[in-house]
Amino acid sequence: MTTLAPPTVQVGKTTTAGGGRSGSVAWMALPALAMFIVFGIVPLVGVLALSFTTWDGIGQINPSGLTSWKAILSDPGLPHALWVTFEIMALSWAVQTPLSILFGVFLAGHQRYRGFLAVLYFIPLLLSSAAIAITFKALLDPNFGIGSGLGLDILNQDWLGDSKLAMGVLVFVVSWQYIPFHALIYQGGVRQIPDSLYEAAQIDGAGRVRQFFSITLPQLKYTIITSSTLMVVGSLTFFDLIYVLTGGGPGDATRALALEMYQTGFQANLMGPASAIAVILVLVGVILAQLLRRLGGRGDESQLEGV
Amino acid sequence: MTTATARHLRQMNWLGGAFGWLWLLIVMVPLYWIVITSFKTQSNYFTTNTFAPPSAPTLDNYQLVIENDFIRYFLNSVIVSVGAVVPAVLVAFMAAYAIVRGVGNRWLRSINTLFLMGLAIPLQAVVIPVYLIIIRLKLYDTLLAIILPSIAFAIPLSVLVLSNFVRDVPRELFESMRMDGATEWGTLWKLAFPLTRPALVTVTIYNALSIWNGFILPLILTQSPQQRTMPLALWTFQGQFGVNVPAIAASITLTTIPIVLMYAIGRRQLLSGLTAGFGK
Repeated sequence: MTTLAPPTVQVGKTTTAGGGRSGSVAWMALPALAMFIVFGIVPLVGVLALSFTTWDGIGQINPSGLTSWKAILSDPGLPHALWVTFEIMALSWAVQTPLSILFGVFLAGHQRYRGFLAVLYFIPLLLSSAAIAITFKALLDPNFGIGSGLGLDILNQDWLGDSKLAMGVLVFVVSWQYIPFHALIYQGGVRQIPDSLYEAAQIDGAGRVRQFFSITLPQLKYTIITSSTLMVVGSLTFFDLIYVLTGGGPGDATRALALEMYQTGFQANLMGPASAIAVILVLVGVILAQLLRRLGGRGDESQLEGV
Repeated sequence: MTTATARHLRQMNWLGGAFGWLWLLIVMVPLYWIVITSFKTQSNYFTTNTFAPPSAPTLDNYQLVIENDFIRYFLNSVIVSVGAVVPAVLVAFMAAYAIVRGVGNRWLRSINTLFLMGLAIPLQAVVIPVYLIIIRLKLYDTLLAIILPSIAFAIPLSVLVLSNFVRDVPRELFESMRMDGATEWGTLWKLAFPLTRPALVTVTIYNALSIWNGFILPLILTQSPQQRTMPLALWTFQGQFGVNVPAIAASITLTTIPIVLMYAIGRRQLLSGLTAGFGK
């Protein structure tokens, strides 16, 4: 904090003398730009560079050509991690989107208790993924958890010990954490739909289901794209949740790309291959974001601002 | 609101309403469980129904957590959050102002594009080079190591949201400031700052939340317990306390209280700011 304050003030003094033309504001972007280049852009280029090296994380970094790439591309762990990542992405999208739209439409009403609900809905977003993962881990304990608490034997499963169940739990916890956020985005979207559309539909005698499908949903198109982009790209970065909840297990059933990268780099000390995985992670994210943007079919600038 | 919409929304009610209340239950059950469990003794936890309130409430778990250096981890998290959020919001606000005021400037347009692209860079994907940079700066295992990258990764979204709000300030106000002989620096503080206060609060809370809850940066950039922040501390508590679930519950409750308090204070602005920022 203290390291950053002085340059800002000094630069400020030099330009106050310069006067108020719009060209003279450019320097104000510099502190942010500098920070972002050093810890954002340089690492982005750096991760590509590091993928062509061999490094154990402590010693010397040695250039090694395509060794790392060959190693990870021939490792069956990579396609598996990609598949797990895709599974988490697809399942959590499919669970979250319909529910978020439903809650968003519901919350867009004006009764007082909806405001109260919105306040409580937001709470999961306040908690750290670590706290959430630890809570669910304890709550899903096969002996002392939710099953015995509710007296329902069917809930007494070895939730995190079975591959399919563990994936289900992961998707559920993700939904628990993020549905409220997306519901709020949809609430904003629904409130922007002009009332006149509904009035016209009413006059034409359209029922409420019809109205939902022929007015609300099409009008929410851009909101759906925005929310889906955040969900899909966000799901690539689930790390803390998986790390604490399942540790990638049982076996490697929930080992997604980000976790695969961490374990390769910081636990097996293979920074080269880990960097290659990171590059793949970035590429997948960029491609997905582009695809979703195409889907929107709007000019690039405005679409990005929507995100 | 017109009667047509009112009727429309009321008709949507029963389905959305039923799901809405059901989901509320799903959201609240784990939270309720964490709080009641934190007041149970360990034996009480194993013998009573897990959703029953404690038969003999105790504060022992909280005492245990606090005796295990909780205060230190808490202060570390405060230092990291404040130390990252204040400069991040400050420089992002300046950049947003520059981007809006210098529309004609080619450089500023490129900088804006760079920030927009930056939104797509996942922090997880660049932690290895960040780790390398931190080692080279000799900052490994310090709080500053967490602070610096946190600032950088808070910038793109902050600039985006803040510039959307600075853009809404009427042009005439800038003009009249200029007529009065105010500099851009003065205009930034005297005009843009007060008028974008709600957005600044939103961005501050949003960033504070994500940095307060940050896990991967402390995990890879620090090592010693002296530098541990709260999410990491929770994770080590979990290993340390093992089957002492009430103690774990107490640690989670304690880490959550400050965020819930902050939320209670800034809720209105956070919610409206977020929906405005994302829904545009």
